[in-house]
Order: sequence, then structure tokens, then C-alpha cells
Amino acid sequence: MTKPFKQHLIDPEICIRCHTCEATCPIEAITHNDDNVVVDFDKCNFCMDCIPVCPTGSIDEWRVVSVPYTVDAQFDFLELPEQEDFPASSPEQDSSIEALDADVADLLAQAHAGAGGKSRAPDSASKPAINLYNAGKPAVVTVQGNYRLTSPQSDSDVRHIILDLGRVPFPVLEGQSVGVVPPGLDDSGKPYLPRLYSVSSPRDGERPNYNNLSLTVKREDQGVCSRYLCDLKKGDTINITGPFGATFLMPDDPSAKLLMICTGTGSAPFRGFTMRYERSHGDTAAVPPLMLVFGARTPESLPYFGPLKKIPDTMLSKHLVFSRVEGQQKRYVQDELKQQHENVASLLADPHAYIYICGLRAMEDGVEQALTEIAQGVGQDWITIRDQMREQGRYHVETY
Amino acid sequence: MAAMSNVSYDTMIPNNVGLSSDRRVLKALEKWHPGYINWWNDLIPQKFQDSLVYLRTAVSVDAKGWAKFDYVKMPDYRWGILLAPQVEDRKIPCGESTGEAVWQEVPGEFRSTLRRLIVIQGDTEPASIEQQRFLGNSAPSLYDLRNLFQINVEEGRHLWSMVYLLQKYFGADGREEADGLLQRSSGSEEAPRMLGAFNEETPDWLSFFMFTYFTDRDGKMQLESLAQSGFDPLSRTCRFMLTEEAHHMFVGETGVGRIVQRTCEAMKAAGIDDPYDTDRIRALGVIDLPTIQKKLNLHYSLSLDLFGQEVSTNAANAFNAGIKGRYMEHRIDDDHKLTNATYPVARVVDGKIVREDAPALTAINMRLRDDYKRDAAGGVGRWNKAIQKAGVEFQLQLPHEAFHRHIGVFAGQPIDINGDFLSQDEFTRKQTDWLPTKADGDFIQSLMVPVYDAGEYAGWIAPPKVGIDNQPGDFEYVQLHMA
Repeated sequence: MTKPFKQHLIDPEICIRCHTCEATCPIEAITHNDDNVVVDFDKCNFCMDCIPVCPTGSIDEWRVVSVPYTVDAQFDFLELPEQEDFPASSPEQDSSIEALDADVADLLAQAHAGAGGKSRAPDSASKPAINLYNAGKPAVVTVQGNYRLTSPQSDSDVRHIILDLGRVPFPVLEGQSVGVVPPGLDDSGKPYLPRLYSVSSPRDGERPNYNNLSLTVKREDQGVCSRYLCDLKKGDTINITGPFGATFLMPDDPSAKLLMICTGTGSAPFRGFTMRYERSHGDTAAVPPLMLVFGARTPESLPYFGPLKKIPDTMLSKHLVFSRVEGQQKRYVQDELKQQHENVASLLADPHAYIYICGLRAMEDGVEQALTEIAQGVGQDWITIRDQMREQGRYHVETY
Repeated sequence: MAAMSNVSYDTMIPNNVGLSSDRRVLKALEKWHPGYINWWNDLIPQKFQDSLVYLRTAVSVDAKGWAKFDYVKMPDYRWGILLAPQVEDRKIPCGESTGEAVWQEVPGEFRSTLRRLIVIQGDTEPASIEQQRFLGNSAPSLYDLRNLFQINVEEGRHLWSMVYLLQKYFGADGREEADGLLQRSSGSEEAPRMLGAFNEETPDWLSFFMFTYFTDRDGKMQLESLAQSGFDPLSRTCRFMLTEEAHHMFVGETGVGRIVQRTCEAMKAAGIDDPYDTDRIRALGVIDLPTIQKKLNLHYSLSLDLFGQEVSTNAANAFNAGIKGRYMEHRIDDDHKLTNATYPVARVVDGKIVREDAPALTAINMRLRDDYKRDAAGGVGRWNKAIQKAGVEFQLQLPHEAFHRHIGVFAGQPIDINGDFLSQDEFTRKQTDWLPTKADGDFIQSLMVPVYDAGEYAGWIAPPKVGIDNQPGDFEYVQLHMA
């Protein structure tokens, strides 16, 4: 049985043959002839040392392949080959360059499965850096702060954890995740598998131009990693890997409209999206370009409830729904979607609209059903719309 | 050595050479520092000094710390002294002492040779910034403006690196030489820079891109050969500089490539097929390909002069001593001593250009120049691919190495771009076909109007395919201070 391979390639149309990557590669996996500089698939161990030294941006190219391109085949490249198309059911089709670590790639594939097919990044999205650090060579970063987001009365302990990256270069885009491997060994004496957490700060840092990022973490009583993170103190150092994820990204398009649907800590990427929007566009649009439908049990257990309220309605239309407020009817995100059916239907018909869903897997069915009903209401088939949006990089699901 | 790859900021001068515990050198550098800052401040127009530029600064010399991008005012750029990590047990790679341990101090017998090499290398770094000082006023985009300034601050840092070597290893003489590097000035009558090509002005952006492509590439070859030096601190310095130099090559190659691309696009859009239909092409506000060829001829021939005499005993001595190696010395499969080896060297015999075998040891310069020619040909081939892809019938080419030379066996010879001898009269008459005229220069100059809106580009140059640091097309690479 053939395995899908991830292969590192260099774009021969962008590369200037300065050979800096070749000089930098610690294991001589990069070589050249008179035509091209190429990466030997049999040698490359994805250490990523060659990525930052490249002056051109030609080196950060990856393909999923059934048979890797040989060195000789790459010498003959006049341009970079397109990503080959695989049959829908083949193992390659499920694989994408969201992560190079197999276990992380599996986690992301599961998280994105709810989209109903292969996810694609928005065409205008910035190019993400992937897997600069792995478990063998993690980034060592310092906890700069660890704040409880939910009220002390709430039984839900959600934390805002700020990590100071110091001088560690760790470029992330909104929507990407980092990996955390809790220290210690599991019951069978093996190292724990990595857990993924969405970054909740924008690309230029929790504070603009500070080299830091934030995570949003809920304490799970049975969760080794979440307890480890929630108990961190200022000044502690931790190992992180990543960045991971190459599809759940924002479009870089001023005319884009975003519908963001989340529950609980699924709000993390949307905090990043919103802050990015605030910092890069400001509050100028006539129609609020961002719409957030956010579900929690109570206002006290809704992360970022306070700061969210302060975001101007002209930028973000906020729809907070609660399922456990005494004396009130239980409401879930799908109920609010149905109530907003006119707005949602107009987004479904808008080629500049993007839908993002993030949170517990349990929310998927309700949201799907609501969207199906809304589409039906305007005589459309949701699955058709969904598949088209997904193909165009406009429909994204990340659930766990 | 992990600790040494991190940059320490505990003195005014960021460094990974333990400056804070080397009081003598630290003091010498701190004394030199104000002069450097004055030189810089007098050089670059004030509005750019006050602008925020999206620059790359090295925070460590290992791969991952290498490219940290942020907005910086140029005078606040942390010029520092960064050496590539020391390689354990490194051996002298060439010459009669091949295989012996490298030197961490300057051997007495090679002191003056080494000092001269370092001063010549050091002199080119501030010279190029001086040559380019006014280009910011006519930048075709903020992207290009940023690339110019990135090159400028890094050339400034390269000067620092050479000054460090002089101050650290050459005592009072070194101090004097370090001061001299700030006293000479490109194009000056009284105290010009040491090498000819570095006294020519860089009047426009096509010249700048040609300069970074051809002349900085000579710098790259020189650094490559010094990176092989048995004097380990020099080797480590040059190895790190080479990583930065790659960006300069990139700016040159893509700059010329983008001009070529824009010209071809404009010709096609206007339905012009003849690349020599100069007036109509220039009327489109783009630079015609034959003019680009002339600029190429000029910069290539000036850069070839930088390799010196084809047969050189100085070069032989430096190689033999293990001070300077060949390009990619470690990949060459020979004895690295060149005891009996020969190398074909260009000569003029009976009005013809021939190659004759000479002792390889004396032909070190010739060999490096040949390596350079191969390296320089690559980008020209890629420009031609773009021309071909656009459907224009024209090919840029490197002129013959004997054309328009001032140093070496071809100096002053009436040889055309194909390497054929002409009569002196005919050669003089045809010069305007091969080298840019004043009218060509005036035309190019007429296009040099600044474009300072984010995401906008002057009409004579195409936008880049990829942004710096993966930034989007409309990224504001320089936040201009326009008070």
C-alpha cells in the first residue's frame, strides 16, 4: 500500500540560485546542477533550517505526492508542478500540507472533517509557515501571563495564556494552531501525544509588534494537557511546536464578509480574526463585515465576554446565545442562525462571503441543519452551496 | 557552541563575539561608533532616516534566528558584529599548510597581506551605500525602497564586521585603517574608494539593479574565497555575510527581471513586435530591451575588472598561504595545493584571444572570474526565459569577457562584445551601440519618479511575484516620514 508523501520543493521560477539554503542545510539534503536547486526527498528531514535563510520565498513549497519527485526530475523542472489531483477516496486526498508531523496532520484532518471534503485556504490568504518546530526541536517559550476569562462563579475555567516568544521566530497567522506536548509519560509509559490549540491573537502579536501570542484553553478535569496549561505560572517555560494549519485562514480581501460560528474556546481563532481586522482595516465599512454567532452556557462562562462587547457594531455584529440562563429559554447557535436567516441567506449567495465554524464537534449537526433549512428557504441546496464554497476556500470547519 | 550563536545585547554593539569581556576592543569600537553614525547620518536623506522601514535584523546567526522582520528607523538599526558559529577542528583548506589547524590569531608573516585583503573588502561596503545614497528619492515603490535600505543597512553591518577584525587583530595599524574606511568616499577627488567600480555613481534604479546583480556578485565571489580562509575569524565573518549577500543578489536579479517583464508586457499590449522600435517603446514609458542590454554590458565589464590581473603572484601567495581559497574549495576534488596543476588563462596572441595553460597557482583570479561568469550567466538565462515566455524575440547576453576592459590582458583593446578585434576607429564608432549614451541615461532618468503609495509600482517595472516576509501585495514596507 502506498503512503502519501509530503515533499519539499523549491520554486524554480522564483529561486535565484544563491545556494544559501544549500550552504545552510545541516545534512546536505539540498543540491544543484546548472539549472535548478533541489531538495533530495530521501534526505530531507523537515528541519526547516533552510526556510528563513532564503531571500526569495521560493523555498517554502510543499506537495502531497504518491511518488516523490526524484532529484533528476526536479533538475528538469521549468516551473513548480501543480499539486496532483487524487481520486476522492485515495489516501492522498485526505492528506494536505497542514502539518508535516503525521500525528498532528491526523489531528487536523479529523478537526476539518466536518467540512465534508478537502479544505482549501482562501485564495487571498497570506501564506502560512508550517511546522517550523517539532517535538524533536520544539520552540522554548515563556509564559507571560495566565488569566482566567470566565467569572469565578462559573464552573467553567477558561484561560487566556500569553506566551512570550522572546527571540524565537514563530510566525503565525490567525486560525493556525500550535502544538503542546505535556511533560511526563502516559499510563503505558510513552510520551503524550501533542494537543493542538488555536492561536487567539493576530499575526503581529497579542500586542502589536511584540513577539508574543495567546492561547485560549479550557480546563478539562481529565485533560492532562489542559490542566498543565491552565496551571502555568508567569515565567514558566514550555515547549511548543508548529505553527500548524494551512487552510483555516482569513482572506486578505477588503470586500470579504465573514460569518464566524463558535462555541466555547472555539472563539479563539475568531478573536484573532477580529483583532487582525481591527488592526488592518479599522472601523470604516458601511455594513459590518464580520458576523459572530457565539454560543455558551451563560454570559459568565463566555470567554472574552467583556472585551467582545467593546468591539464596535459597525465592524462586528455580535450574536451571543446562551443555553443555561435561568428563567430563559435554552438557545443554541443554530437557533440564532435560523433567526438571522435573511442575513445568512444573503451571505450564502454572496461570492465574497466566508463561513467558519469552530468549537465542539457536537455543534456541527445543529449548524448543518440550520444552514440546510435557510438554504431551502431560498430554494437552494445547502450541500451544493457548501461544496462550492469549500472548493473556493470559503467554508471552513474546525471541531474537536 | 549554542550559546555563541545567540546575539548578546549587553553592550551598545550587538555581537556574538563576547565583546563585553574584551574591554580593549569594545573601547576601540565605541570610539569608532560615533564616527560611523555621523557618516551614516550625513549620507542618507533625513526624511528616510525618520521613516519606519520593515527591515530584517539578525537576532542570532543560526538558521531560525536569522530573519526577524520589524519596523525600524534606520539610525536605530542594531549594527552588530556577527560571526558564523565556530566549526570545531576546522582545518586550513588550501595551500601549503592544507590540513593543519586554522589560525585563531593572525600569523605574523601574513599580517600585512591579511590586513590589505580585509581593508579592500571593507572599503567596498560603505562605498556602495555612498553610491546609492540618492536612490530613495526616486524609488519605484515602497517595496523597492525597503529593499534598497535593507541592502544599505547590511552593507553598513559588513563594514562593522571588517572594522571589528581590524580593531581586534591588527592593533594600531588596524585602528588607523578602520578610520580610513570612513574617510575615503566614493567618487571623491582627494580620497576616492580603493576600487574603480565603487567610484562610479549609481544614478538610477536600473543601474542599481545591475550593480547589485553584477558588482555585488563580485563581492559574493570574494567573500566566498575569503570564507575559505585559514584565518578563522575572517572565515566566520565572511560566512555570515554571505547569508546576507544572498538578499542583494535577489534584489538585483528580480529587479532587472521585473523591468524586463514590464517592457515585454507593454510592448505586447501596444502590439509592438520589434524590440528595436526604440522610440515607440520608450513612448510607452518603459525601458527598451537594447538599452537594458547596454547597461548590462557596462556593469558586467566593470565588474570583471574587479577580479584583477589574470595571472597574479599576489593571488598565488594568498592561496599558498591558506589566506584565501577558491570558490567552493571544499567541493573541489584535487590536492588543494596546486603544486603541479595548470589552468587555462586568457591571453592575446597575434591579435587573437586564446587560452593557454599557466600554473594554476598563479591563475587563482582567472579561475574565480570564470566561476563568476558561470554564476552571472544563470540570471541572464532566467531573464531570457521571461522574454521568450512573453513572446518577444530578443535575447539578453553577457558580452565577451574581453569587451570594454580596463584591467588585465584585455585592458584598452578594441574588442567587441563578441570577442572580435576591430580597428580602433571602428571600435570607437560602435561604442554607442554597446554602451549606454548620455541620451540613454537621460531617458532612464526621466522615468525615475518616486512612487510612495503602498502596493503601487512605477510604470516601468512589474510588481514582485512574492512579497518580502510573505507580506501581501499592498503591504506598507516603509512608513514614510514626510514632515
